[in-house]
Formats: sequence, C-alpha cells, structure tokens
Amino acid sequence: MNPPAETANLAKRDESVDWTALRNEFPILRETVNGHPLVYLDNAASSQKPQQVIDTVRRYYEHDNANVHRGIHELSNRATEAYEGARQRVADYLNAGSPEEIIFTRGTTEGLNLVANTWALDNLRKGDTILLTEMEHHSNLVPWQILANRIGAKLDFIEVTDDDGQLDLQWLDEQLARARLLSLTHISNTMGTVNPVAEICTHARAAGVVTVVDAAQSAGHTTVDVQAIGCDFLAFSGHKTCGPTGIGVLYGRRELLEAMPPYQGGGEMILKVEYRDSTFNVAPQKFEAGTPNVAGAVGLHAALDYLDAIGREAIFEHDQRLAKRACERLAEIDGIRLFGPSEDRSGVVSFVLPDAHALDLATMADQKGVALRAGHHCNQPLLAKLGVAATARASFYFYNTEAEVDRFIEVLHDVRKLLV
Amino acid sequence: MANFLDTTVDDLIENFEFLGDWEERFAYLIELGKKLPPLDESEMVEDNRVHGCQAMVWLKMLPAGDSTFEIHADSDAFIVKGLIAVLLMIHNGKTAAQILEDDGTAIFARLGLDRHLSPTRRNGLHSMVSRIKALAAASVAQPA
Repeated sequence: MNPPAETANLAKRDESVDWTALRNEFPILRETVNGHPLVYLDNAASSQKPQQVIDTVRRYYEHDNANVHRGIHELSNRATEAYEGARQRVADYLNAGSPEEIIFTRGTTEGLNLVANTWALDNLRKGDTILLTEMEHHSNLVPWQILANRIGAKLDFIEVTDDDGQLDLQWLDEQLARARLLSLTHISNTMGTVNPVAEICTHARAAGVVTVVDAAQSAGHTTVDVQAIGCDFLAFSGHKTCGPTGIGVLYGRRELLEAMPPYQGGGEMILKVEYRDSTFNVAPQKFEAGTPNVAGAVGLHAALDYLDAIGREAIFEHDQRLAKRACERLAEIDGIRLFGPSEDRSGVVSFVLPDAHALDLATMADQKGVALRAGHHCNQPLLAKLGVAATARASFYFYNTEAEVDRFIEVLHDVRKLLV
Repeated sequence: MANFLDTTVDDLIENFEFLGDWEERFAYLIELGKKLPPLDESEMVEDNRVHGCQAMVWLKMLPAGDSTFEIHADSDAFIVKGLIAVLLMIHNGKTAAQILEDDGTAIFARLGLDRHLSPTRRNGLHSMVSRIKALAAASVAQPA
C-alpha cells in the first residue's frame, strides 16, 4: 500500500515540490472539455484521483477482494488486513490515540448524522441547546434540525460577521454556557474561512460542551490533528482528499464511543445474537454494520499516503498562493463582491459579479473548459444572510497551476463581455 | 406574440444548426434572453415562482383573446431567460388544448438542448414546462 518509490522520492523534495510532475499523475487532468483543456476548479466539491489511488483500488479488486473479519481463508485475511491497515493509517493521519477511535463511514455527511443519531440522541434532552455556526454546510445543519425537532432541543448559532466571513466569537462563552453540544466546520466551503477550532474547542471543553468538527474542507488540504484541536468528534470525506467516493471517516474520542449506542443494526456490529436480543460489539465495529466499503478504505489509505508524501503544509501553501492570485485578479473587476477573509484563507474563492449571474458564468466557463461551481453551495441560510441567491466559486488544489488561475480570469472576462 | 421577437421555432432550429458550436449557441440563447420582456417586480412573487430551478424563475399565463394565452416569465439568469424565450416561441398565442398537445421535449431534442443542458438545468426546464402545462390544464378544467 506504499506509494510507488518514484512518487515518494519526487515529493520528498519538500522545499521545492515539483507540482507539475504531481499534476501529471492525475490522468483526468489530461481531459479536454468542449474542445478546451480541462481547468478543474471545483475541488471543494470533489478532488481528482492520482494514478496510484486508482491503481491501488484496481489491485485490491484484482488480488485481495473478499469480505472482511469473517473469513478463515487467505483472501479474507488479506482484505481484513488491508481494511484494518487503512484504519491505522487514518488514525496516524489525524493523530488519533488509537485506530479504535476511527469509524469508516460513507462520508462527512454520514459521520455527522451518526453523531446526531447516537451520542446526541442518547444524551440530549428536551430544551437542551445545540450550538452551530451560521456558515455550516447543510450536512452540518439539517441533521441537527431533524434531531432538534425529534427531541425538542433548540438550535443556536455563532454569527458570521459579514462578507469577511469570520465567526463573531465575542459571545462564545455565553453561548457555550447555554449549550450541550457544539458542531462547527473547520474551513468554510463557501468563504474559505479557516476557523480557530482548537481555541473554540478549548472554551467548549471548559464549559463541558461536547464538540464535533466538520473537516470536509480541511482534511485533504492542511494538518488536522484531533489531539491538538481537542475535539470529541471529527468527520471528513475520502473523495475530497484524493480518495474514492463513498468512503469517509468519523473520529470519536474513545470514552464517548464506548458509551454510545450503536448506529445501525446488522452483521459485524454484534457479539452475540438471539431471537429477542443482541449484545453489541465494541467500537469501532459497533458503528459499522454490514459489509464495509473495503476498496474505498484501501483507496483512502493510498490517498493519505500520497498527501503526506507531498506534505500537507506545502499543499495548503500552494492552495493559498493560487487563491491569493485569483482574489487579486478578481478584485480588479469593478463592483465585484468577494467573500471570505482577505488573509489566512483556504483555496476556496466565492464571488458575485454585479452584472452576471453565477449560473450563466459557470455555464459559459464550462464551454471554455473551466469547471466552476455556481449556486448556493449547500449553504442556503448563509447566502440568504449575505443577501445573494447564488455565488460563483473557484476552489483550488495542489495540482492546479498559476497558468490555470490566469486562464480562469481570462475566461471570466470573455464571458462577462457576453453577459453585460 | 406567436412569433416572439420575430423568431419562429423553425428559425430557431435553423439558427442553431448554423451556429458552429455550443459556446455560440449558448451565446445566442443569452441574446434571446436579453430581449425577453421583463416581468414587473410586483409579479415576482411566491405565487408565480417556479421551484426546481437553480436560478430564480417567475411565470404566469394570461388570457389573450380568442381563448389563447400569453406566457409572461422572467429569471435572474440570462440563459434561463433564453430558455424561457424558446418556451414562449413554442407555446405563446395558443389555446389551452394546443398548449397541452405541444411536444416541447421534441423541440428541445431537435435543438440538442436535451443533451447539452446539465441534468439540474434539465430539471429546471421540466419544472417550467410542467408549470405551463398545469396552468393550461387548470384553465380547461375551469374556463375563465
């Protein structure tokens, strides 16, 4: 499961990463779209996959595939080893205390729903407050709305200041004093804000509030250390971290996982079953009913190896460099509204032009091979607060280049001429 | 207004064939959209909202004499306005029975738009077509 030697050696030259060579390891980036070379700037929605992740998944199916944990035979042993090896790799990646704190899920959304339907359902009561922020993705909002409606809990929100996209933390301690659970995003998928999650979790811990971090936009881009953050739960998706779709991770602190009721019932999650009752397995198996996505976990293992071989700080600096270049060029357009912080932001850039609808922009940019996102980005309440129906979004990753930023800006100007 | 902006459906199909690529065709849709008469702001209300579109869309249908109807619709996005213009070319100035018989899908297929609109866009277009058909059906059930 280790990266091919040539990739590892290449990437280990860490003070001057050869970004072009890395880019060449992504077969899909050689596609042409509508007759133009693809410029893929929708990385906040999903990342592309390097050859070694694709090869690892193929090799698993060609050589090792079987069901895990049950078999006596060789293939089942290999599959189990690969699956549990992936769990250990994720634990290392997040600096978790042990692999037992790592639950495989379908993605961030399932991880957040799992916490809502197990720990929260078991521990929260009518009248309790769940604290969120105004910048949460629908996947970190709707599960809590459903739960709150079910048990009569209340929702409270840490406010977003304005277009600058920062959380207003002046009332944090007061809000925490009224809350029992805080769930917040590490990095905003719309504004690129990097929230001070470690600092916020320190306050939450002091107030006895359980914390959940949505790391969908951060896990593949920057260092995510659950012990340094000090959160109780943290979720991310494989597909946004160069891994396969359909695999994700929920980290949970061991004491909490052990005390929590199971999520779904089925095979794998039990120790003993009788007709009228069952004894449940320990964490993490207690939360992984049914045959898991073994190939996905194996692919995620390869992806995390790939990212760490490059270095996550180098990746984040590259993202930020491209975002800065894009923001500077965008700011030259009269009347443009740019969202998010001007400093210390991620590679996500959202904007609204005064005279062109984001959907028209994205449709016409696609005709020129540039993949942008347009719409509400699963952030409807935030956009409503900011007073816009839709924004256009470019989101960068380490395989994007400065030439692609320039192409994106050039296309934007061309398209604008049509629309104005 | 059967010949919206003096362009018939046949003209439209011919123009589409003449235009070399999809970039030009979308640009043409944008130009059509720009010519679409805007709805008054007072008509941009929830009752006229067509949901299921990524952009904002408002649509109403008014009797225009001789049992025919005129569609008035608007959007905040030009390409959607262009699609509305195409719908107007297909349905405007017709009776409810004719509108119900119109096969807009076949025309969008002839234009190739069925393959070149994203699936979410297609859903939005279907929402607009459904609204037009529902309004026509309602007028048949309850003649004004």
